[in-house]
Amino acid sequence: MISFSGVVKRYPGGQEGLKGVSFTIEAGEFAFVAGHSGAGKSTLLKLIPAIERPSSGAVLVNGQHVGALKRAALPYLRRNLGLVFQDQKLLYDRSVYDNVLLPLAFSELSGREAARRARAALEKVGLLAREKANPIQLSGGEQQRLAIARAVVNRPSVLIADEPTANLDAGSAAAILEIFADFNKVGVTVLVATHDEALIGRFARRVLRLAKGSLVE
Amino acid sequence: MKTWLRQHRQAIAAAFGKLAAQKSAAALNALVIGIALSLPAGGYALLSSLRNVTLGAALEPRLSVFLRAEIRRPEADALGARLKADARVSDARFVSREQALKELQAIEGLAEVVGALSRNPLPDAFVLRPKAADSAALEALAAQLRAMPGVAHVQVDSAWARRLGALAGTARLAIALLAALLAFGLVAITFNTIRLQVLTQRAEIEISKLIGATDAFIRRPFFYLGALQGLAGGLVALAILGASLAALNIGVSELASSYGSSFRLGFLESGDALAVVLFSAALGWFGAFLSVSKYLLEIEPKYGSCEDNPWGT
Repeated sequence: MISFSGVVKRYPGGQEGLKGVSFTIEAGEFAFVAGHSGAGKSTLLKLIPAIERPSSGAVLVNGQHVGALKRAALPYLRRNLGLVFQDQKLLYDRSVYDNVLLPLAFSELSGREAARRARAALEKVGLLAREKANPIQLSGGEQQRLAIARAVVNRPSVLIADEPTANLDAGSAAAILEIFADFNKVGVTVLVATHDEALIGRFARRVLRLAKGSLVE
Repeated sequence: MKTWLRQHRQAIAAAFGKLAAQKSAAALNALVIGIALSLPAGGYALLSSLRNVTLGAALEPRLSVFLRAEIRRPEADALGARLKADARVSDARFVSREQALKELQAIEGLAEVVGALSRNPLPDAFVLRPKAADSAALEALAAQLRAMPGVAHVQVDSAWARRLGALAGTARLAIALLAALLAFGLVAITFNTIRLQVLTQRAEIEISKLIGATDAFIRRPFFYLGALQGLAGGLVALAILGASLAALNIGVSELASSYGSSFRLGFLESGDALAVVLFSAALGWFGAFLSVSKYLLEIEPKYGSCEDNPWGT
């Protein structure tokens, strides 16, 4: 479960990214965070894994007060969240397989189990055949699918994606959203930020609409 | 525990991998560290060799009380008893004229001279260890001893040895200061080297942090890299020291043999050599620690900028 209660995010200089945002996403729910560029979508998503912290208000993730967590506790919070970034944040000095393996390097899993999990994640996003390729050799949609595989390899309970379809054509974007929907079907809570209204319309899900830092819908 | 060991194994492998990937840079670093460390290590080795030469000389005050030639053994024993009973003397050792001659013969270069003597010219003597160390008390004691019956001559032996000791102490301090200064330099070298490594892996570090890597996990391979660089530098320092001493010993042995001595500059004892390598590795580790910690702090979001954050973290 993700819960925001009167969350304000104020940046140095006084600019407010979020203005008293409150909502709750139940476990197993799929929701979109919609809004124009600069509406506060990315800021909202960054508060969940404590990449940013709220200036006031409370952010709860699976019952944890994220804003109150000490720095040393953040890695353990983030391991339970699957993060998909708009710019994918892939490593281009290693293979597709090694990119997916990265989150498992600091897990408790044995080498054999980590390899099995990495291949299973690649298979789920349809990239197993390209495990030896370098991410640079992949198309935009494939790179996004690789980012999803890396996000889900730790089997997180929450999957958060910031504009995962921003640079993709309509077909690839829909395919990416289908992957998120598949994970949601098996109980993963999914929160996707997008400005693509057509895509939102295609998937009839709950929408948290932001405008100038406030929740309008 | 298994996970912890596995992660350390992986970190060590990663550190070796980084060294192997940059062989020439790693070799140059080891050389720079080695040259820097060889200076204090060489100074220490030199002092140890000199200390071995002067080890025979007592650095604490001693008085030699030489007896008249006509004094017989029973009289000498009586005098010895008086000396041992003196509250100002902590120990009195009798050295017979025969024993003194043997000791003289044992000194390098003097065996032939002693062998050429037709008779033993040395007197019986007592070597005293006084309780007081200040020169006034020693001179007062020496004056009283000179007045005793049967005493021919009293010599205060320690002055030169104390001067040598003070000189050695100053040299040791200078070497310690040099070592501290160069240790600082070694930390700075490692700091910069690791900083460059960190910057080349900036993307991996930042992504790892975002997806749940702890700072300890990120730091670990760099710690091993710093320690390995220090270790390699320490080994280079020992190699430089060994080669330098071997070269110096050619001239030293020639000089020493002209005095009838077999003196050579000795290499560090195994414990000291191990300490140089471990110290160097520890400094490398410390330099890496400073470098990675600084970077991890730099990339941490500055939450403090949100002045009314209710949790203040």
